Amino acid sequence: MSTELVLLALLMLAVTYPSRAVPLLAPGIERLPPRALLYLRLVGPAILASLAAANTLVGQGSGGTQQLYVGVEGIGVLVCLGLTAWRRNLFLGLVAGIGLVAVARAAGIG
Amino acid sequence: MTADPSAPDLAAARRQLLLDTLGIAVSVAGFGFVFGLAARNAGYSPIEASAMSVFAFAGAAQFAAVGYVAAGLPWIPIVILTFALNARHLLYSASLAPRLRELPFARRAAMAHVLTDEAFALAAAHFHRLGRVDVTGYWIGAIVGVFIPWNLATLAGVLLGGVLPDPTALGLDVVFPAAMAGLAAGLVTGRRELVAAGSGAAIGVVCTLAVGPSVGIVAGGLIGPLVGMTVPAGTTHLVAESDASAHAIDIERAITDVGEIGDPPRGADR
Repeated sequence: MSTELVLLALLMLAVTYPSRAVPLLAPGIERLPPRALLYLRLVGPAILASLAAANTLVGQGSGGTQQLYVGVEGIGVLVCLGLTAWRRNLFLGLVAGIGLVAVARAAGIG
Repeated sequence: MTADPSAPDLAAARRQLLLDTLGIAVSVAGFGFVFGLAARNAGYSPIEASAMSVFAFAGAAQFAAVGYVAAGLPWIPIVILTFALNARHLLYSASLAPRLRELPFARRAAMAHVLTDEAFALAAAHFHRLGRVDVTGYWIGAIVGVFIPWNLATLAGVLLGGVLPDPTALGLDVVFPAAMAGLAAGLVTGRRELVAAGSGAAIGVVCTLAVGPSVGIVAGGLIGPLVGMTVPAGTTHLVAESDASAHAIDIERAITDVGEIGDPPRGADR
């Protein structure tokens, strides 16, 4: 059984771990000014929304270029978002969103 | 350091955390399974696929690596791309750091390895509801909700990949963006967060179209908060109040007045 890519996994760890660890382990981070702390508080919703939107609304066009894409996946994500916000239940939102996409694809849509 | 487990607000917050963790675990398992399938198709052995999920433990970067490995490209671009894709973790870590500063170094070092998008979102929402740090809650989200399902599902995908039908037909490719959107909604508790999320999404899409996802997603996460800071604070809750947040929690103070971590939240004083 091949193990060559284990070394690649360790290299990926070597460039990922510092991003996760340096602020947590650096002394004095708690003395950031309130504006900086406010900024950091807003990073969570901003980057999660960025991840969701870029994954849903950008597709791979011909020739490998990025292009705007609107499909049933976006509706599934919106359903999940709406249900999670309304019922405060991520699991329910995921089941509904994914179920909608699966049904749509089974029906030949999207 | 951790909050008193007997406190009723902690019990309610942990119940909510477990519900959220269940949703995330399902999401992560689906995504991990798809990664295992992709890794199998790219020629990874089960040991190699598992090593990726244990050591790198970074979904988007792992998927990108599968594509590069399958195309036979050298490792240097994979490592650079991994760094770029995971630079956003710096922001998560910095966001949590003030609230975890009193923990022992070794524990913070261990917590850092499991600090993923989902673990951050679960921890931030949990601390937010509670108004203080709950280290046990962090481990529940990061280990039970993400690390274990991701690794088990990776192994299942790479071992059982040939048996199951096309996961795309089951809608599993939507699991990741849907989970991210739902988690973002959980963090929107005011006008600033709402504007930051909306701006982050718009900037993320535009920049991804212009220069690619590794830059676009990070740009949305970096610039979105700046836009959010330009609007006055408000309390336009996108998510309905839960049992855990039925009483007023001064989040600004919980985040900024880190010297009081572990004490019960006081009334608003800022």
